[in-house]
Amino acid sequence: MAYLDNAATTPMLPEAVAAMTELLGKPGNPSSLHASGRKARRQVEESRERVASALGCGSAEVVFTAGGTEANNIAIKGIAWDQRNKDPRRNRIVAGSTEHHAVLDPVRWLGESEGFEVTWIKSDASGEITVAALREALGPDPTNVALVSVILANNEVGTINDITALTEVTREFGIRFHTDAVQAPAWLELDFSKLGVCAMSVSAHKVGGPHGIGALIISRDCHVTPLIHGGGQERDVRSGTLDTPAIVGFATALEITTARKLETVSRVAALRDDLVKRVKEIAPDATYSGAITNRLVNNAHFVFPGCLGDSLLMLLDAQGVECSVGSACNAGVPQPSHVMLAMGADEDQARSTLRFSLGWNSTQADVDALIAALPSAIARAKRAGVPKVTTAPVRV
Amino acid sequence: MKVLAALSGGVDSAVAAARAVDAGHDVTAVHLALSRNPQSHRTGARGCCTIEDSNDAFRAADMLGAPFYVWDLSSEFQEKVIEDFISEYAAGRTPNPCLRCNESIKFEAVLERAMALGFDAVCTGHYAQVFQGPSGPELHRAIDPLKDQSYVLGVLTADQIAHSMFPLGNSTKVEVRAEAQRRGILVAAKPDSHDICFIPDGDTAGWLSRQIESVPGEVIDVETGNKVGTHAGAHAFTVGQRRGLALGNPTGDGERRYVVDVDVSKNLVMIGPPVLLEIDLIETIKPRWAGALPANGDRIHVQIRAHGDALPATLSLNDENMVTIQLDEPLRGLAAGQAAVMYDGTRVIGSATVSRSRRSASL
Repeated sequence: MAYLDNAATTPMLPEAVAAMTELLGKPGNPSSLHASGRKARRQVEESRERVASALGCGSAEVVFTAGGTEANNIAIKGIAWDQRNKDPRRNRIVAGSTEHHAVLDPVRWLGESEGFEVTWIKSDASGEITVAALREALGPDPTNVALVSVILANNEVGTINDITALTEVTREFGIRFHTDAVQAPAWLELDFSKLGVCAMSVSAHKVGGPHGIGALIISRDCHVTPLIHGGGQERDVRSGTLDTPAIVGFATALEITTARKLETVSRVAALRDDLVKRVKEIAPDATYSGAITNRLVNNAHFVFPGCLGDSLLMLLDAQGVECSVGSACNAGVPQPSHVMLAMGADEDQARSTLRFSLGWNSTQADVDALIAALPSAIARAKRAGVPKVTTAPVRV
Repeated sequence: MKVLAALSGGVDSAVAAARAVDAGHDVTAVHLALSRNPQSHRTGARGCCTIEDSNDAFRAADMLGAPFYVWDLSSEFQEKVIEDFISEYAAGRTPNPCLRCNESIKFEAVLERAMALGFDAVCTGHYAQVFQGPSGPELHRAIDPLKDQSYVLGVLTADQIAHSMFPLGNSTKVEVRAEAQRRGILVAAKPDSHDICFIPDGDTAGWLSRQIESVPGEVIDVETGNKVGTHAGAHAFTVGQRRGLALGNPTGDGERRYVVDVDVSKNLVMIGPPVLLEIDLIETIKPRWAGALPANGDRIHVQIRAHGDALPATLSLNDENMVTIQLDEPLRGLAAGQAAVMYDGTRVIGSATVSRSRRSASL
């Protein structure tokens, strides 16, 4: 089997599995006052420091969540509410049109159910949100904006946004800035303190840690109205008993991933470049989506004209090659990618995509398996064609 | 063979796929997403279209060890089944959307895609049988007369039948449920689906009234030509219908009045005594043949409803687009748009769409 869907999730590092499983049978709620509780608390706090050190933030700025989606929801809803409470004029949310659904949907919800005005920032053809596009979205009166959210590295096409440049714009107007950095920590040098954001979402299972754990990094001066009320854990921002083994697994994975990053990045970049070159040889009509250089080194994303991404995925799966069409699923049905549409692709192109994403344990054999399986998959998928779509999907 | 099994999330398609696996086929499962906005949970007795059904299908495929995918056919379904259903009703006809779905979705869009992707056949949980006949594969009724679904498959062409697999045709529903139980298929006790899958509450008239503009018009007694009442919109009426007319007893003769004709172009609902509903000559269009063309004057049986009787009749082929069926005995109430499926014994000869029906001179 060739697993080329590491942007969806990547296997856990053996060290993280060992660190986590060792704790699974142990008692101790980190909020308990006895010896077992204190021991668990120590595990959590040491993990918090390890996470902070890997991400360039203070340990007090790390709020553990049940993953990236929850971190995004806390940041987006919590900051928007807090900002509007403090200044009712701040009733607008500005977000990238290429965001992951975990940002897109909370922003839409705030617009539909909470009376916020929503402005989507246009993407350029490479999937990048530029300073000019942000300025255009902010419009003549940026002071009514409660929050700007822009993804750090796009999950579908891998394009990296220059968050530092973008936050220079919002700083002029005192606007809060959140970034969804879920795809970034394994591949980019990530320094929260230099990004200029007040909140950043990360997830453990994208860096070789367990599922169901992540963190929202929130700067000290950034207040969020909590979504979940309860025992007051995690600075009152995210109540709920802390998952000590998962937190330790997360910290272990993030620490090791960070330590090995240079070596992994150069090895995976070479594999990815080989993959791209050989896919283009097999399918000269395929177009490489997204940025050329300004992109995650593990990401390769193509439009295969005349082939439904869905068909290609199934045909490759049947040959043991696992990848993704790149976009979100609705009941298992891939929708035409909103990211591709935002980048200016037409609907047929947006349904004809495949994303190959490499991981820390990807090998040349994985790429070779894809290259061996791809020609027949393309031929068959082309025969099946791309069904005509009669109704346009929702664009953001 | 490489077989693509369509799994609805219900019992029948799961057992059908299981039998295909047992028969040694290389089975891949797909669930057809037909609804644009799937509900998360099933409501009522429906066997498709919710995320819960999709999950049930996934679990069934998993138990069979078959790879599982969801195919989005919602655009095709909207265009070819739902919009066709609405426009047929708007034109005063009474269509059968299940036939349309089999004709243009399951055994056209899905089958064509499957063949292109390298599959040899599509397998479904329909109750019907395919036998090898002297001149190719033949579609026959299932052995369980209560479940026989050859009627809704009557639109299949010989080529489509050749690439279709209906493993349940030789079993009764009771046997299939027991087999599902025995195989540990979790949906063994799931109720059968009825009604029209895209009308969740079963209120077809109410659903149509939201899709088609209702213009009030007159109800005319065909015998006298008199206006005897008003209606809220002609499309809501079907030939043979009595309920919903709310006329009381307009003629005073104590005989009930039925809808005998619907004229959408003039927005008129024509009513008359039941004897006027009796017809014995059925004119049909758009025939589709399940095998070799029948001959003029062939003695056949015709079925005009999904669970209707097979009526003895004689066939006339007027031209390649028109077939006339002369019934031996008159039939009461047949609406334009209904499908007439023609049988030779248990074998499906073909089907056609009723365009007009009337009383012959001999009646």
